[in-house]
Amino acid sequence: MDGVVHVEGLVKAFGSTRALDGLDLAVRPGEIHGFLGPNGSGKSTTIRILLGLLRADAGTVRLFGADPWRDAVALHRRLAYVPGEVTLWPRLTGGEVIDLLGRLRGGLDPVLRDRLLADFQLDPGRRTRSYSKGNRQKVALVAALASGAELLVLDEPTSGLDPLMEIVFQDAVREAAARGATVLLSSHILGEVEALCTRLTIIREGRTVQSGSLAELRRLTRSAVAVQTEAPAAAIAALPGVHGVHEDAGRLRFTVDDGAMESVVRALARHGLGSLTSTPPSLEELFVHHYRDGTDDAGARAQAAGAGKDDAGVGTEAVDAATDDAGRAP
Amino acid sequence: MSTVAATSGRHRSAGPAGDGPLAGAGLLLRAMARRERFRVPAWALLLAGLTAYIAVAVPAVYSEPGALEARGWIMREPAAALLAGPGFGLEHYTVPVMLANEMLGLTIVAVAVMSLQLVVRHTRAEEEAGRTELLRAAPVGRAAPAASGVVLLTGANALIGATMAAALAGLGFGLADSIAYGAALAAGGMVFGAVAAVTAQLTESARTAAGTAGAVLLAAYVLRGLGDAQQAGGGPLSWASPIGWLQQSRVYVELRWWPLLLTLGLAVVLLAAAHALSVRRDLGAGLLPARRGRTRATAFGRTLPGLALRGERWRILWWLVAVSVLAVLCGALAEAVVEEFRVQPDLLRLLGEEGGQDLVRQTMALFLKFFAMAVAVYAGTAAHALRADEDAGRTELLLAGAVRRPSVQAAPFVLSVLASGVLLLAASAGLGAGAASVLGPGAATEMAAAALAYWPLAACWTAAALLLHALSRSGLWLWVPLGTAMLAGLYGPLMDLPPAVLDAEPFGAMDVDGFGTAGTAVLGAGVVAVVLAAAALAAFRRRDVPAELGGTS
Repeated sequence: MDGVVHVEGLVKAFGSTRALDGLDLAVRPGEIHGFLGPNGSGKSTTIRILLGLLRADAGTVRLFGADPWRDAVALHRRLAYVPGEVTLWPRLTGGEVIDLLGRLRGGLDPVLRDRLLADFQLDPGRRTRSYSKGNRQKVALVAALASGAELLVLDEPTSGLDPLMEIVFQDAVREAAARGATVLLSSHILGEVEALCTRLTIIREGRTVQSGSLAELRRLTRSAVAVQTEAPAAAIAALPGVHGVHEDAGRLRFTVDDGAMESVVRALARHGLGSLTSTPPSLEELFVHHYRDGTDDAGARAQAAGAGKDDAGVGTEAVDAATDDAGRAP
Repeated sequence: MSTVAATSGRHRSAGPAGDGPLAGAGLLLRAMARRERFRVPAWALLLAGLTAYIAVAVPAVYSEPGALEARGWIMREPAAALLAGPGFGLEHYTVPVMLANEMLGLTIVAVAVMSLQLVVRHTRAEEEAGRTELLRAAPVGRAAPAASGVVLLTGANALIGATMAAALAGLGFGLADSIAYGAALAAGGMVFGAVAAVTAQLTESARTAAGTAGAVLLAAYVLRGLGDAQQAGGGPLSWASPIGWLQQSRVYVELRWWPLLLTLGLAVVLLAAAHALSVRRDLGAGLLPARRGRTRATAFGRTLPGLALRGERWRILWWLVAVSVLAVLCGALAEAVVEEFRVQPDLLRLLGEEGGQDLVRQTMALFLKFFAMAVAVYAGTAAHALRADEDAGRTELLLAGAVRRPSVQAAPFVLSVLASGVLLLAASAGLGAGAASVLGPGAATEMAAAALAYWPLAACWTAAALLLHALSRSGLWLWVPLGTAMLAGLYGPLMDLPPAVLDAEPFGAMDVDGFGTAGTAVLGAGVVAVVLAAAALAAFRRRDVPAELGGTS
């Protein structure tokens, strides 16, 4: 209960659509928390409830231990928000919007403001209607990051930024975290989440499907292994926790459950181990794992039920196939 | 080979121009026409209906012999010519001649407003929203959106002109002249639609494009007004304006067609200019450079009231100019109107005023009531910026700050109420200045007090507009009570409505008769405004923002 964000069993319905269906989310003080989920899974709805813009239908929502709907104004003095789709007042300049938003939040650090403007290479004298999407996002980012807020709520804040600006963004977020700020970062840019986030929550269809540190989540998925042995080692396919064994250009490839690695390596040593590379699952693989569940529910259930027996492990090939599927899905 | 032939045949059926610059124009036109399928017919019926109503109502009001001729005499006054027209056929002032002299110009303005909005809506607004980009990336020719827009504009104006011509011919007015009357409306619509097509190329924002075209329209109306006021039948300045040209076609007097052709020629030239501009610029860009602004906000610019004023100031200024100018003109008409009322005492009674001792004061009170209705229309748009902000997601950005919900509504509310007060005072000052020779200088203060009696009523419309926004209902609902009240106030006596209805009609209930105001009704309006505003604040505090997120709409 002493987290910055504490959400339990959150439900929000729009008409007959249940946008959130028992969602849980816990963000601890000082952490950068990644908030992931496919499009339409309820990330923005959750954030809007945290901001007191939408009223929850059921469940517990606490922000700094307070009710975000009732205590919105007091809570908003402590947080800054960057929406995913930033639209600004077309007649105002970027600089004017930054000052307006800063003032409404309770002031901003003018030195930090100027430095962030320089870092993000944003011209504050241009009217916002002439800004590109990335520049509009920079306006909202500068206003939020220069506020010195205790909590930064960032809803896909970098979808319009180029790779150089992405680096500037990551540095600025790390700086805020070093200052003691807590960050809730909803993002589709997995490299960014992997680089920044200490813990993360993955949601799907309004429910939390995974939550924990990246290491904890990795433990739930298999590592991809490629080995070269002196003697044929196909027999290791019989070991518990080994999946999808196949040969590829003289190397044996398979995936291994977390925790089974030790017995596998010991068995391989008996066959005269030449070389071994083991790749822990990337966040992308973790994420696609849950995405694919979303796009193919039946397959997901079969995989969950038959885990350990199916021969398509969570190797690179499987990920590619899943990405292709996602690409083809409407 | 047969496959190739079949494929190209299929392509051809997709658009009349195959893969040329007009590819896809037919489909685009269908989609555009679909968006306008209610709006344009509504304009056509409204304008034709209003004109027909006046054509029928005027003989009933001017029943006495010589009454219309008396009105014709008033039209000789420069101030009347300024507002109405050049004054052809005043010596035999019949109903159709009156329509051509007094209604044609204003109806052209209405059609022009419709046309310029239509053009901006389908060109710059689409481009600003990024939808043109999507279209142009599809197999749609470079010239297709513009070409469909021109066809749509022509079709809309043809419909409006034909409806009007049919209505007038149906009333038994001369066929050729009735067709010319309708054609004049259509030609006026084409010209100002074409003006908007040019301004849409010049500026990056749809609002600026429409505003610039609107300013050209206003200038055209004022120019012809000045020309008509200078000399009967129109002076040189009348010929500087397309509206002046159309009035020079002398419909129902001695019809001549060539001014209509002149106007259509100008429309063609402007459309060609718009096309020439469009091929010289990039998608999304304007030809006039966007100005740079300040890099820091002023202290006032960092507040919600500052933000509200920033968005509204040009609109308020336009209203202020329009109300002031019209009020001065109406005031200057006072002497002539008083004369007309003396000749036609029934007329004043039909407009809802008791015939009596002081005609000048009653006339001024009547004008003031009309201006109060205009200010009510302004007040009724108070929630527009709030709606636009919420639709675009800007309200969320504001509310994510340490901002109370009521503050977000309060800023536009207070601004609208203050601006309504300023507009009412401007109306009274303009009337007083225009009629200074008749009223004497002392009347100005009295007029101001009388104008402010309408202030609480204006605040009611502002509060009602905000309440509809808070309840996330369409702002169009406001026009049901407001439109009813205005119709009852304007035409109630003419329609022989029972006195109880007339007393309940809010503009009449303020009872600014000869500047003596009924305190209780004004106080009552104030109470209603406060109650509506409180309801709006309460409703907005309770609802989701944005309101329609993921909803069934």
